[in-house]
Amino acid sequence: MIAIESLSKRFPRVTALDRLSVDITPGVTGLVGANGAGKSTLIKILLGLSPATEGRAAVLGLDVATEGSAIRERVGYMPEHDCLPPDVSATEFVVHMARMSGLPPTAARERTADTLRHVGLYEERYRPIGGYSTGMKQRVKLAQALVHDPQLVLLDEPTNGLDPVGRDDMLGLIRRVHTDFGISVLVTSHLLGELERTCDHVVVIDGGKLLRSSSTSDFTQTTASLAVEVTDTDTHPDGTKALGKALADAGLAVQPMGRSSDSAYAAGHVLLVDVDGEETYDVVRDTVAGLGLGLVRMEQRRHHISEIFRDDTGDGGSASAGDGGATTGGPARPDANEKGAAHHVA
Amino acid sequence: MSPETRSGTKAAAAPAADVIHNIGYRNYDGPRLGRAYARRSLFSQSLRGAYGLGRSAKSKVLPMILLAVMCAPAVILVAVTITTQQEKLPVQYTRYAVLLQGVIGLFLAAQAPQSVSRDLRYKSVPLYFSRPIERVDYVVAKFAAMASALFMLTGVPLVILYIGALLAKLDFVDQTKGFAQGIVSVALLSLLFAGIGLVVAALTPRRGFGVAAVIAVLTISYGAVSTIQGIADTQGSTDVIPWLGLFSPITVIDGVQTAFLSASSSFPGGYGPSAGQGVVYVIVLLGLIAGAYGLLMRRYRKVGL
Repeated sequence: MIAIESLSKRFPRVTALDRLSVDITPGVTGLVGANGAGKSTLIKILLGLSPATEGRAAVLGLDVATEGSAIRERVGYMPEHDCLPPDVSATEFVVHMARMSGLPPTAARERTADTLRHVGLYEERYRPIGGYSTGMKQRVKLAQALVHDPQLVLLDEPTNGLDPVGRDDMLGLIRRVHTDFGISVLVTSHLLGELERTCDHVVVIDGGKLLRSSSTSDFTQTTASLAVEVTDTDTHPDGTKALGKALADAGLAVQPMGRSSDSAYAAGHVLLVDVDGEETYDVVRDTVAGLGLGLVRMEQRRHHISEIFRDDTGDGGSASAGDGGATTGGPARPDANEKGAAHHVA
Repeated sequence: MSPETRSGTKAAAAPAADVIHNIGYRNYDGPRLGRAYARRSLFSQSLRGAYGLGRSAKSKVLPMILLAVMCAPAVILVAVTITTQQEKLPVQYTRYAVLLQGVIGLFLAAQAPQSVSRDLRYKSVPLYFSRPIERVDYVVAKFAAMASALFMLTGVPLVILYIGALLAKLDFVDQTKGFAQGIVSVALLSLLFAGIGLVVAALTPRRGFGVAAVIAVLTISYGAVSTIQGIADTQGSTDVIPWLGLFSPITVIDGVQTAFLSASSSFPGGYGPSAGQGVVYVIVLLGLIAGAYGLLMRRYRKVGL
């Protein structure tokens, strides 16, 4: 779908992209990075709107430097910012945009009606956009990116400004763009929890450099762990500690879940046990029973991308001296809210 | 809106197998007409938009009133000519637009910001540039649309005059020549005014500022030029009058048509430019049009995405 080869983009004072090489395959790909990591710059270059300082990139097999117009005919783009005039209806606006993509008038109207229905706009599409909610506006923005039936859409922060329900709707819609419509998606976000649920593949960039590119399952399923919470009893005033010790004695890798900030669990009362196989569950059950503790919860817990990202940025930040430092703190924080919601996915 | 309602409608539609709507996604494999077509689409959308077509009923009011105001004097002149059986039209074709320059200015001030400030203000410009068209296509389409809108506004009254003149059985050769000169004149005027209006309007995303700025540029320059020309006339320094005319859009047009389109000058005392000075006028006119185009191109280099 997209082949990026040693791509650099330097502005007079900032290096937005630094020898970035990555291949993006069909499917839903998440492009993750903190603000200023180079995501929007990359999208501009991929649309053939901004020349790269050095390196090459091809979208759908077309060179971005020379065939920008042909690329833009087959690619849809949804900007991050608001871009809709309030005084026209969604239908008129999307029809116009369809024609700007080269669709003949009749086809433009048909495709507009279809696309607006697919993104979930019905009767309200005849009303002026000015009266729409943020969620509806985001749908119109998505519709104008899809109306010419592109082979690939670039979505820049599509969940910006949406409430949790609206965000879930939008993520579901993005997933359907690929599964039902057969259109590949490159979606940027700084919220990792979102991409985990939506994407097949995640590309992490920071400071214009590639940090990591791998499939979402690699990110989240390499190590499974088990969250265990127990009650305290008279014999064991600190049940968690006692269990931890007993499990460690039984040969399991145990660590307390330290970060109180990021979970719905009571701080210090949850143990994370690495799962080696089926027998781990039995060991945990038997140990808890042996100590006479009450088992509050025992649940499978996937690693979240955010943890890996946090580790990676830690490494990346120290590796790329200077400018990396300022950005590494950024991405970790917002997904703290995400995690609570993402936990029960396990 | 929620996933439940969405799947709900689907479920409702599914059992009725014979309904017309096929709810699944359909791919588009029809023709894609590319860049030139997109440019034409933008042109026609902008031209229609200048008269409020394809927009709300409210936005049709002003341009349509101005078009009517533009045409009304022509109709009256024709009526007078026919009933009183004049030998010639009371007004030269080339003079008509100069007389009604205020109306043209209002139209430009209202519609140029509508055409460009709106895209800037609501940041729709990146959506255009994420499609097959390039910057030059956007600028050319907007420029051509505004010029065409002005050409319609100024050309239609001339057509009314011409038809009226023929109905009044005035001399065909004379009238046709005058009409042709008038059309050339308003074509140049449309290009110049469109350029000036768009450049001014493209500077600001605020429509109100755009309207005020366009009116200011047109009226202040014309007011200053005609006042100084008037002073020069009363003080007897008539040599400078033609040169002063270079400093406001409408007097540039007036000078060009005086020198080359056998118009009688509307400058104080009728001191229009000579043929030699007329060349300077033409150079200035073409320079202004080209300059406006260049400035617009520069402006959109910054704005795109």
